[in-house]
Amino acid sequence: MQLSTKHLLGIRELVPRDIQLILDTATQFKEVLQRPIKKVPSLRDVTIVNLFYENSTRTRISFELAEKRLSADTINFSASGSSVSKGETLLDTVNNILSMKVDMVVMRHSASGAPHFLAKHIPAAIVNAGDGINEHPTQALLDAFSIREKLGTLEGKKIAIIGDIMHSRVALSNLYLLKKMGAEVMVAGPPTLIPTYMKEAFDVRVEYNLQKALEWCDVANVLRIQLERQNQVLFSSLREYNLAYGLKKSLLDRLDKEIIVMHPGPINRGVELDSDVADSKQSIILQQVENGVAVRMAVLYLLAGRGESQNN
Amino acid sequence: MKTILSEEQINLTVKRLSHQILENCPDLSKACIIGIQPRGKWLSDRIIREIRLISPASAVAYGILDITFYRDDVRNELRIANETDIPFSIEDKQVILVDDVLYTGRTIRAALDALLDFGRPAKVELCVLIDRRFSRELPIQPDYVGKSIDSIITERVKVGWKENEGKDEVVLL
Repeated sequence: MQLSTKHLLGIRELVPRDIQLILDTATQFKEVLQRPIKKVPSLRDVTIVNLFYENSTRTRISFELAEKRLSADTINFSASGSSVSKGETLLDTVNNILSMKVDMVVMRHSASGAPHFLAKHIPAAIVNAGDGINEHPTQALLDAFSIREKLGTLEGKKIAIIGDIMHSRVALSNLYLLKKMGAEVMVAGPPTLIPTYMKEAFDVRVEYNLQKALEWCDVANVLRIQLERQNQVLFSSLREYNLAYGLKKSLLDRLDKEIIVMHPGPINRGVELDSDVADSKQSIILQQVENGVAVRMAVLYLLAGRGESQNN
Repeated sequence: MKTILSEEQINLTVKRLSHQILENCPDLSKACIIGIQPRGKWLSDRIIREIRLISPASAVAYGILDITFYRDDVRNELRIANETDIPFSIEDKQVILVDDVLYTGRTIRAALDALLDFGRPAKVELCVLIDRRFSRELPIQPDYVGKSIDSIITERVKVGWKENEGKDEVVLL
């Protein structure tokens, strides 16, 4: 049994069996991470480059840890301070790195589709660590892993994705994944941040009222307001956004059930999520980060196991 | 196809292996049985049941170990990992590794690597149902053997268990 794909470009390209395989493998890696020696020799002969054209804390550290825990050799590349500023193209940069016998590329880029472009032109396996406003597949996988860990299954569970749907690659990857795994999905937020085609394109519920969204869902996955990707005024102020769409303790206390609160990070405290909610018992934000390493280990392990790297 | 061990013989062999392990473990509280996933588990389940029958007062620790991530052939053939569950410390314990067939010794090499990541045992021993002699690729020998057989490389030894295949049987294919 192996993945149906050579790269992890997005959740869109995966079949449900792939997702199941990644999540099941991640369960075994999570156990590895509880051991006294949290390291296995599986990828001893694999070299991985982490190519980050965009800023990142969690994803980058998480990938790097995952690679180290698998005993892979790693090199880190960030666009700032590299020859990118001298005008080198993406393809040239990557081909130069690959000529030094690198097997896998983990990449983040601000242009949607950058990893897909690369996949057409280079022989190495590519893992998308976020491309523009397209996808962030490992985030969706770790979200799914965390939900499954809490609720046992994804099937039939009600997940509300709340906030900046339009600019969020996390939202898109989550939508693909949750629909493929049989969850019920709702997107909630201000009308200006939810594309009008959402309902038809993804067959999801759309809700503009936060209170109603919370009453409906088992899990609230709250997204960051992506100010860096917004080039027009889509809501009047952060303060007003917080008043209408910020997740507050008073809102959660009003519910007759305890829902799970998630956030992919980094949090804008006091904008989409209030501090007392982010740090509450209901929030599994730090578990998400913890699970991220196991999920990324699973992805790298399964892709390397396809044995299509150039050193072979 | 040739039957190496019948159901009755397997039963007797499991009983004998269990007695031999007990003989060699003066202090059961310092010993533990660890079955190697996926197929060693069937044998270790039987052995632990037998040991608990023979010596009900002593609680010998029991775990299962998956070695998928420690194999040296990850990139040739992808294997799906199974559960590892060692809910105790192996520090200074006498560990008895259990597997169904000992052939090249590569699985046991991986199991030793995996095991040592859990701590430093006082001693590690190996118990197998079938030892395919003269086919080792690494210097590894068993301490407890159900049956030794001589086989050639084109032959396959298949161990079936009631819990899995519906019938206890060891055959040479």
